[in-house]
Amino acid sequence: MTTALAVLAGGLLGPALLTAVAVVVPAVIGRIFGRLLRTALLLTLPIAVSVLVVNLFFFPAGRDVLFQLGPVTATAEGLEFALETLARIGAISGAITLFYLTTPPSELVLDLERRGVSPRIAFVALASVQTVPALVERAATITAAQRARGLDTEGSLWRRLRGVLPLAGPVLLGSITEVEARTLALEARGFTRPGRRTLLWWPPDSARQRLARWVLVLAVPLLLVARALGWLGWLN
Amino acid sequence: MLTLESVTYRYAGAPRPSLHDVSLELHSGEVLGLIGASEAGKTTLCLVASGLAPRTMGGTLTGRVLVDGEDTAPLAMHELAGRIGIAFASPATQLSGVAATVYEEVAFGPMNLGVPRSELIARTEEALTALRIESLADRDPALLSGGQQQLVAIAGLLALRPAHLVLDEPTAQLDPAGTAMVAAALAGLAAGGASILVAEQKTDLLLGICSRVLVIDSGRAVLDGPAAEILTGPQLADLGVAPPAAIRLRRAAVNASLPAATLARLDEAIAHAMPQ
Ligand SMILES: Nc1ncnc2c1ncn2[C@@H]1O[C@H](COP(=O)(O)OP(=O)(O)O)[C@@H](O)[C@H]1O
Ligand SMILES: [Mg+2]
Repeated sequence: MTTALAVLAGGLLGPALLTAVAVVVPAVIGRIFGRLLRTALLLTLPIAVSVLVVNLFFFPAGRDVLFQLGPVTATAEGLEFALETLARIGAISGAITLFYLTTPPSELVLDLERRGVSPRIAFVALASVQTVPALVERAATITAAQRARGLDTEGSLWRRLRGVLPLAGPVLLGSITEVEARTLALEARGFTRPGRRTLLWWPPDSARQRLARWVLVLAVPLLLVARALGWLGWLN
Repeated sequence: MLTLESVTYRYAGAPRPSLHDVSLELHSGEVLGLIGASEAGKTTLCLVASGLAPRTMGGTLTGRVLVDGEDTAPLAMHELAGRIGIAFASPATQLSGVAATVYEEVAFGPMNLGVPRSELIARTEEALTALRIESLADRDPALLSGGQQQLVAIAGLLALRPAHLVLDEPTAQLDPAGTAMVAAALAGLAAGGASILVAEQKTDLLLGICSRVLVIDSGRAVLDGPAAEILTGPQLADLGVAPPAAIRLRRAAVNASLPAATLARLDEAIAHAMPQ
C-alpha cells in the first residue's frame, strides 16, 4: 500500500514523508531499523546508482547545466528527476523489506487461507516455504555421503563445481520419487476434500492493524483525486 | 469390520495383476499380521484395503472392498479417510510438509475433513495421548528421529478416527530403537482394542501383537490362521519370510543336538514369549 501511495504522491517530499511515516517509524518501534536499512540498501543500491547516473547525465529535457564530466553534462533537471525517482524507489523497497522482515511466510499463508484463498494454493505456498530447509538438509546429507566416498566438495571453485554437479541428480530425483509417496499420504488424510478446511490458528489481527490498513486503502483514491485536481503542487 | 471379497488388482500399465482373488476379514479389535516375501504384494494389499488403489493409484480392481458391510466403491478418497487410515514405511514422506509443529501435523487430517475447531483440538490431543507423544507437541516434525516421526504419522491417522488402521511395514526404515518405539505403540493400540492390518517383515514384532496372520505369495493369499501357529510353523521359510528369532533359535538347537533338558527349558522360554 505504501508503495502505491509513493508512486501516486509524486514529487520528492511526498514519498520521503511517506517512507518516514509508514516505514521508518514502524521499523524503529519494532527495533528492526538496522536490518531494514541494510536489506533495503542491498536490494536497491544497483538500481539506485544506475537511476542516478542515467538521469543526471542523460535527462532529455535537461537545460540547466550543473557541471561537465568529459563528453557528458550533468543537468539540474536530471538531478531533480533522479532524486524524485530515488524517493519512490526508497519508499517501495522500504515497504517491501519491512513486510518481509515482519511477516513470517507461514503466517501470511494462513491469513490468506482464512480470508478465503483455496487450501490447495495455500498448501503449495506453505509446502514450498517449509520444504526449502528440507531440501537444503538433504543436499547436506548427500554432500556428506559423497564426500565420505571421496568426492571433492571443498577446495578451488572448479573442483567444487565438479563435486557439486553429481549432487544435483540425487537431490532432484529423490524429491521426484517422493512425490508419489507424498501424494498417497496426503490423499489418505483427506486432502482432496473440496471446500474450506478448519484452521487450528491464524495470526491475530488487532483493531489497530485493521484501522491502519483501512487508512492506507482509503488514502489511495484520495491521493489519486487530489493529484488529478492538482492539489499536490506544494509537495514539489 | 473391513472385508475384501475376491479382490484382484492390476496396476495401471502392468501386464499382470499384483493381487489375485484375495479375500480377508479384519474384525473390530483384531490385529491381523500380513507377511510375505519382497514383491509378494503386501504394499499392494494395503493400498487396496485403504482405498488408495485404485482411487489414487489408478489401475483396475475387481471384487469388493467393504467397511462394516458397506461397499466402498462409490466413496471418494476423502470420504474413506475417516474410516480407514493408512501409514507407510517412509516416515518423512508421510508428513504433510506444512506443519511447523507436531501438534499441527497431527491435526492436519481432521483439518482437511473440516471438523469443528473444538473437536479438532480434542481429536489432536487424544491422538497425541494415545501414542504418548504429548511431549513432542511443540517440536518441528522434520527434525524428529525416524521412530518419532512414525509415531507422529500414526497419531495423524488416529486423529482421523478411522475404524480400521492399515500399516505398511511401519518399522521397515527404522533403526532398532525406532522399531522398538513403534512396536510398543502398536502393542498399546492393540491392547486398546484398535483394529489393525499390519504388513511386517519383522515376524518377532508380529508375534507380540497379532492374533491372526495372513501370508501372501505372488499376490495370492496362501495361509491364514492364528499368529502363534503360522509364525512358528514350518512353511514360513519356503514362503520367503524369516521366522521369529526364538523359532530359529529352537531349530538351531535341535540341529545342534542339544540335550533334551536344555531343549525343554528353551521351549518353556519360547512358550512364555508367545501370545496367548
Ligand atoms: N506402481 C506399480 N506399478 C506396477 N507394478 C507394481 C507397482 N508397485 C508394485 N508393483 C508390482 O506389484 C507386485 C507386488 O509389489 P508390492 O505390493 O510392492 O510387494 P511387497 O510390498 O510385498 O514388497 C510386484 O511384482 C511389483 O513389481
Ligand atoms: Mg512393500
